[in-house]
Amino acid sequence: MTNDKPTIRPQLHVREDYQARYGFADPEEYFLKAPKGINHEVVEMISQLKKEPDWMREFRHAALDAFFAKPMPKWGDTELLNSIDFADIHYYLKSTAGGSEKSWDDVPDNIKRTFDRLGIPEAEQRFLGGVSAQYESEVVYHSLREDLTKQGIIFLDMDTGLREHEELVRRYFATVIPYADNKFAALNSAVWSGGSFIYVPPGTDVKIPLQAYFRINARNMGQFERTLIIADKGSRVHYIEGCTAPTYSSDSLHSAVVELIAHEGAYIRYTTIQNWSNNVFNLVTKRAVAHQDATVEWVDANLGSKLTMKFPCVYLMGERAKAEILSVAFAGDGQHQDAGAKVIHAAPNTTSRITSKSISRGGGRASYRGMVKVYPSATNCKVSVECDALLLNENSRSDTYPTMEIAAEDVRVEHEARVSKIAEEQIFYLQSRGLSDDEARMLIVNGFFEPFVKELPMEYAVEMNRLIELEMEGSVG
Amino acid sequence: MSTAPLPFRCEDIHVAIGDKPVVKGVSLAIKAGEIHALMGPNGSGKSTLANALMGHPAYTITSGHVYVGGEDVTAAAPHERARKGMFLAFQYPIAVPGVTVANFLRAAVKSRTPDEAAMKGFRKTLMAEFERLEIDPAFATRYVNDGFSGGEKKRLEILQMAVLRPQIALLDETDSGLDIDALQIVSRGINHVVGDQMGVLLVTHYQRILNYVKPHVVHVFMEGRIVRSGGPELAAMLEEKGYEWIENEVKQAAPVV
Repeated sequence: MTNDKPTIRPQLHVREDYQARYGFADPEEYFLKAPKGINHEVVEMISQLKKEPDWMREFRHAALDAFFAKPMPKWGDTELLNSIDFADIHYYLKSTAGGSEKSWDDVPDNIKRTFDRLGIPEAEQRFLGGVSAQYESEVVYHSLREDLTKQGIIFLDMDTGLREHEELVRRYFATVIPYADNKFAALNSAVWSGGSFIYVPPGTDVKIPLQAYFRINARNMGQFERTLIIADKGSRVHYIEGCTAPTYSSDSLHSAVVELIAHEGAYIRYTTIQNWSNNVFNLVTKRAVAHQDATVEWVDANLGSKLTMKFPCVYLMGERAKAEILSVAFAGDGQHQDAGAKVIHAAPNTTSRITSKSISRGGGRASYRGMVKVYPSATNCKVSVECDALLLNENSRSDTYPTMEIAAEDVRVEHEARVSKIAEEQIFYLQSRGLSDDEARMLIVNGFFEPFVKELPMEYAVEMNRLIELEMEGSVG
Repeated sequence: MSTAPLPFRCEDIHVAIGDKPVVKGVSLAIKAGEIHALMGPNGSGKSTLANALMGHPAYTITSGHVYVGGEDVTAAAPHERARKGMFLAFQYPIAVPGVTVANFLRAAVKSRTPDEAAMKGFRKTLMAEFERLEIDPAFATRYVNDGFSGGEKKRLEILQMAVLRPQIALLDETDSGLDIDALQIVSRGINHVVGDQMGVLLVTHYQRILNYVKPHVVHVFMEGRIVRSGGPELAAMLEEKGYEWIENEVKQAAPVV
C-alpha cells in the first residue's frame, strides 16, 4: 500500500476574525464633517474651528501648497500609491460636540462602547499611566494619572497641547519633520488634528507606559494625527499606540507625523501595534532626534492596512547617542507592508541597531527599506542591520532595499539579511511530537516574532501573540 | 501469552526514497519493556527506516503495515502517530528559533491531552526530568536546539521522550556525537524512562551504547534488510568481528538469484 500524503495543504487564514473583533462599525454620526476633497477652504475651516494662533494657520496653508507642489513618490509601490483618490476623502470629521473628556462617562455611549469592545478602559485601569483615545479626527477621551500630573509630566492631545502650552509647542513643532519633508508629511501638516503632546521634565522617569489609541469609524476617512514627544534631560518615557478600523470596500487614508526629541541622556521608547483594516492606506512619517547620551527606540509592528509605508528614523546628533529600531511586519493577502528604518549618525561614538522581521503569506508582500548614513565627523560608530524574512507560501513576496552611506573612518558595520521558508524538516520535527501541521507552523511563526514580542510589556505580549494566532488561524481548505 | 496489543509491530515494511527502494521488507514486534537494538553499517538504510516509521514525508512506505498499540498507523500523518504513542529521537535534532523548550513541550503535551487539568503537574515533571538528565533548568527558557551542542541536543531528545512517555520510542543514533559522560547520562535517562511500559527500537552503528542500555534483542541490518536477529551476544560478536563477518556469512548463505 502507498503512504498517501494529503495533496491539499491546510490553508492559513489571515486575520479571519478581524471583522468581528475590530472591523465592526458604529453608525456614522457626526457633529461636523468636512466635504470630500482637499483645498485651502478645508484647511481654513479646521484652523478656525480649533481657534488656532496665526502662526499655526499660516503653517497649515503653506504646508498645503507644498502638498500640491510635491509629486507623488516615484519609489515604493507606485501602483498602489497612485490609486489613492485624494478627492474621495473626508479630511476632517468631528463626531461629538464636546472635546476630549476626562471621564469615560462623558464620552457618548456608542463611542464609549467601541472603546470598551477594544478593551481600552480596561487596559487603562490595569497597567497604563495615561490614555488618549482618538475617534476620527478628534481625541474624545484623555487622562493622565494624578501622580504623573504632579510630577510635571504633560500628556495631552495635540490640540489641547497647542492651546495650553503654545510656547513649548512652537519651539519644537515641525522642527524634526518640516512640512515640506515629503508629500504626506505636507498633507498631515496642512490638515492635522488630534494626536499626542508629551513633555517629560528633566530627570523624570515615567515608570508606567502612556498609550494612545486611534480609531477610524467612517468611510472614506482621512485621519491625520500629529504627535510630538519631548523628553527633557535625563528623563525616560515609554509611549504605546494602537489602531484599528472597520473593514470597508472603499479606501481610507491614515497619514500621521510623529516627532520625538530626546534631550541629553533621555530615553524614549515608542511602540506601535498597527492593526488597520485592509482598506486603509497607512503612510506615516516618524522621526526622532537623539542628543548626547540619549537613547531612542522604535518598536514598530505592522499587521494591518492595505499599504503601509513607514520608516521610523533617528538622527543621532550628540555623542554616544543610541538608536534601536525593531520593525516587524505581517503581510497577508492584499497587503503590502513597506516598512523599515532610517538612522543618521551625525556625531562620534554613536550606536545604531536595526532589526527587521517580516512574514509574507497568501500573496502578501513585505519589503524592508532601510537607510543608514554616517557623516564624516561621526567617527567610531557602530552600525548593525539585521533583516529576516519568512515566506509562508510560494506566491508571497519579500524584498530588501538596504542603503548604507558610510563616510566616516573607524565605523563598525554589521549587516545580515536572510529570506527563508519554513523547512519541511522543522514541520516534521514538531509533528513527531504531536503537533499538527497548522500547530507546527503557528509555533514556528510565534518563534519568529518572539524577539519582538519579548520587547513588549507583558500585557501587550499576550495581545500580540493572540493577534498572531488569529492571523495564523487555520482550517483545511 | 498476553492478549494486550504490542506497543509496536511492523510487517514487511518496504520504503523508497523517490523511486529508489531503500528498505526491503522489515518485520519487527516489540513488547512492553523490551529494548531492541537495530545495528547496521552506515548507509544500510536504518535511519530511513526509523524516519519512515514516524511518517517522514520524504520517505514513502511502498508496502507493509505499521501498528502502534495494535492500531494500524501506516497511512496516518506524523502527528497522529505521535499522538498514538510513537516517538522518534532524531539523529540531528532540528532547531526551532524563538520557541522555548518549555513552551514547545507544553504544546506537545497539550496536543495529546486536551484536558487542561492534565497540564497541572507539567512544570514539576519537566523540572524533575531536567534534574535526572543533568540538564541546567535554564534550558527550559532557551530556544529549542538553537545553539545547543551536539550532546545537549541528544539529552533534550531523551528529555522529550521522558515527558511525552510514548508507547514506542525510535532512537535514531542517539549515541552518535556523545562523549562518554554524556553517553552515560543519556543511557541512564533511557533506562529510567523505558521501565516495563514502553518499547524501544535503538538504532545504532556502534555497540558502545549497549554497554549501558542492555538490549533484549539485537537485529543486524544490512542493505535494507534484517539479516540476523539474536540476543545481546550478537552485539558482542559484532564488536569483536565487525560487520564484515556477518556480511560474508550472509553472502554465502544467500545465493544470488
